Amino acid sequence: MGHRRGRNGRPLPWARAALAVAAGAALSAVATSAPAGAASTPGVTAHSITIGATVPLTGPAAPGYDEIAPAMNAVFDWVNAHGGVYGRKILYKYLDDGYNPATTATLTRQLVLQDDIFADVGSLGTPTQAAVQGFLNAQKVPQLFIESGCNCWSNPKYPLSLGWQPPYTVDGKVLGTYIKANFAGKKVGYLYQDDEFGQDVVKGLDMELPASSVVSRQTYDAATLAGPLSNQVAALKAAGAQVVVLATIPAATALAMLPAAAIGYSPQYVIDSVGADPPTVGPLLASFTSKGGGSAAQATAAEGLLNGAITDSYFAPESETSNAWVQVEKKLLKDYAPAQYAKSGLDGNTQYGIALAYTFVQALQKAGKNLTRAGLISAIAKYGKSFVTPGFVPLSYSSSVHFGFEGEQVYKLTSTAPPAVTPTGSWIGSTPVSPVYVTSPGKGPVKKYTGKTSTPPASLKRTA
Amino acid sequence: MDTPLTRLGRTVPGHPLARHLGLALGAGAALYFLTSALSPYNDFEVGEIALYVVALSGLSLLTGVNGQISLGHGAFMAVGAYTVALLMNHTGANFVLELLAAVGTSAALGVVIGIPATRLKGPYLAGLTLLLALALPPIADKWSNTFGGDQGLTTTVPTAPGSLNPEEWLCWIQVLGALVTVVLLANLLQSRFGRSFRAVRDNEVAAALAGVHVARTKVLAFSISAGCAGLAGAFLGLSTGVVSTGEFPLTLSIQLLAAMVVGGTGTLVGMVWGAVLLVYLPQWSTSLSNQFGLGTGVNAYLATIIFGAFLIGAMLIAPSGIQGGLRWVWQRARGAMSAAGAATNVQHGVSQGST
Repeated sequence: MGHRRGRNGRPLPWARAALAVAAGAALSAVATSAPAGAASTPGVTAHSITIGATVPLTGPAAPGYDEIAPAMNAVFDWVNAHGGVYGRKILYKYLDDGYNPATTATLTRQLVLQDDIFADVGSLGTPTQAAVQGFLNAQKVPQLFIESGCNCWSNPKYPLSLGWQPPYTVDGKVLGTYIKANFAGKKVGYLYQDDEFGQDVVKGLDMELPASSVVSRQTYDAATLAGPLSNQVAALKAAGAQVVVLATIPAATALAMLPAAAIGYSPQYVIDSVGADPPTVGPLLASFTSKGGGSAAQATAAEGLLNGAITDSYFAPESETSNAWVQVEKKLLKDYAPAQYAKSGLDGNTQYGIALAYTFVQALQKAGKNLTRAGLISAIAKYGKSFVTPGFVPLSYSSSVHFGFEGEQVYKLTSTAPPAVTPTGSWIGSTPVSPVYVTSPGKGPVKKYTGKTSTPPASLKRTA
Repeated sequence: MDTPLTRLGRTVPGHPLARHLGLALGAGAALYFLTSALSPYNDFEVGEIALYVVALSGLSLLTGVNGQISLGHGAFMAVGAYTVALLMNHTGANFVLELLAAVGTSAALGVVIGIPATRLKGPYLAGLTLLLALALPPIADKWSNTFGGDQGLTTTVPTAPGSLNPEEWLCWIQVLGALVTVVLLANLLQSRFGRSFRAVRDNEVAAALAGVHVARTKVLAFSISAGCAGLAGAFLGLSTGVVSTGEFPLTLSIQLLAAMVVGGTGTLVGMVWGAVLLVYLPQWSTSLSNQFGLGTGVNAYLATIIFGAFLIGAMLIAPSGIQGGLRWVWQRARGAMSAAGAATNVQHGVSQGST
């Protein structure tokens, strides 16, 4: 006789249940015993450091922003070509989240739980990164140099999250200080994106400008931005605004300036740096003009609208070709990301990526040979202020401050300055019109910066 | 002897609720072992599949069983997600109650949309629901003080019991939600309501003559379907950690519809295939495009293109989707087997006869 069997020769039901339980138990035993060797730092081996990011490579936020990660990778390739950091090569894995927070959540889990990244570096966007802030901190994964100026990154609840670019409120305070000093007594109007970006810029402006001088506050919605902002511009004109502050993304800058020109309204523009990069806004002005039925000559003339506009910057813009940082950045991008260089050249976005990646490389160097996640964060808190960057002011990092740059300079876009030359054309240059200012995103005063601005180190220059 | 107990004993095994519950318990036990064995990231994916099963089942009921179309299910998901996020941020309500509230608000919106929908058919109904998908996100942006604007509202999953990792815990919550939803819908479809849904789909006049209140039935189907989407949205908000407008683009609504058709319109089990595709297709297409060195420009749309191809393929080859195809294969196999079985019996009989 063989095994006891039930009717039809099938195993008895209890035998089946027992089998299932046993199989399940065996499986769970395998699962719990698998990741035993967790003594080393995830993503770090003797020869490599794997880091990741989620960025918009496609979708509405991609134009311009899709240049940042390839530019960062140019820096890592340069480091790797020179032996890496303590012999470890940096492997940068950036995934396309299309600026959708649900996709960010999935991809970030993939990076952390499956690909075992050491840190999330240079991920872009406020809603997207807010979505994974809790997850990354709970998993003890550093969320470094988030590409957004939200005031929300410096939060004691999330010790592993760090911003990098100036908070938008700092933009507003610096521009407000300039307006107060140079356009005193003039009527000011705002046109801003109705989300945390625009609102934070306005918060900073309102700290500096007397409420009585602001005659009109217009908004637009980023999600539904489809055509000219004619109504908003007409309202600003009707209110008699002589100075118009634009806290707008590049497309909205163009969609505000064109209808204003059409109704013969030419106020003094003050444009937040987010929407003022000439190699980005210039082509938009031209293409919107020709799409709207304008002639080629009108399209070319439209670029001239940027002439005389005031904006802010925290590093030397690409048009300052004599600046040592700009020279180094251009060479680095050309040599280590030739495809990106051919596409966009050195512009505000690629400069941004290079500077951010170079900040991270220094953080790795300071964290030492025995690399851990906690060691990296404390190295940034301890040595961040001494990092060498293209920024006009040093980084502000400390154990309590998780903002990067808190200082900027005001610039005037002018056709008399040398132009920015990229593969896409020649764009209006700019010249500084204010001292470098420093301020916190809080209530503190706007002060002149008296310290030094760093120059590129010999190692970078040699390569360049 | 015919006692109530023996009567119960005779009826229960054949009762749909018992059968569905049994199946669900079996599936739940299997998934329990599966999630324990899987890595946390795979658990997260299983949870995502479960949440799409919830949304797709509702859609399958609406379109496959009741014959109405919706291009706006992403909006119902958004309503559910914002309901849970608002409750989490402003009240300390019980988690299960918060989920039920999400079902409630989206089902209520389903009634509001379902009433005009009773007078609309085909492309007009599609247009109305499309409008919903387009109109809801700007509302959340407009009142950004309430809805958190661009930054969104954070959600928190209740702390996992014991040393359970959070991904596994969330996965269990979502799988349990999916099982409950599917069991309830499966029962509904076998009840009087299911029959009236189908009657209305097949011929409204005939259904009305048979005593079915056509408008009420359609609104009920819309509301149930929207309620399912609301629960799925709440689950999506939990997976993402934040509820913001960017999570509910128009493409979500379109993809849901496509996944439902590919899975098998009108079925519930088929929705699992649809959900698996929704979760894994983007990954497969990314690795495919990396393998062939396609640019990011192609990569972004490859998943949608493959989905489109699946959709066209399904319409041409298997109009009842993957589930319909599987059922066809199964029936053929069973037919062949029973034919073979009959043949051996005959042979057996013959050999017996010969001895």
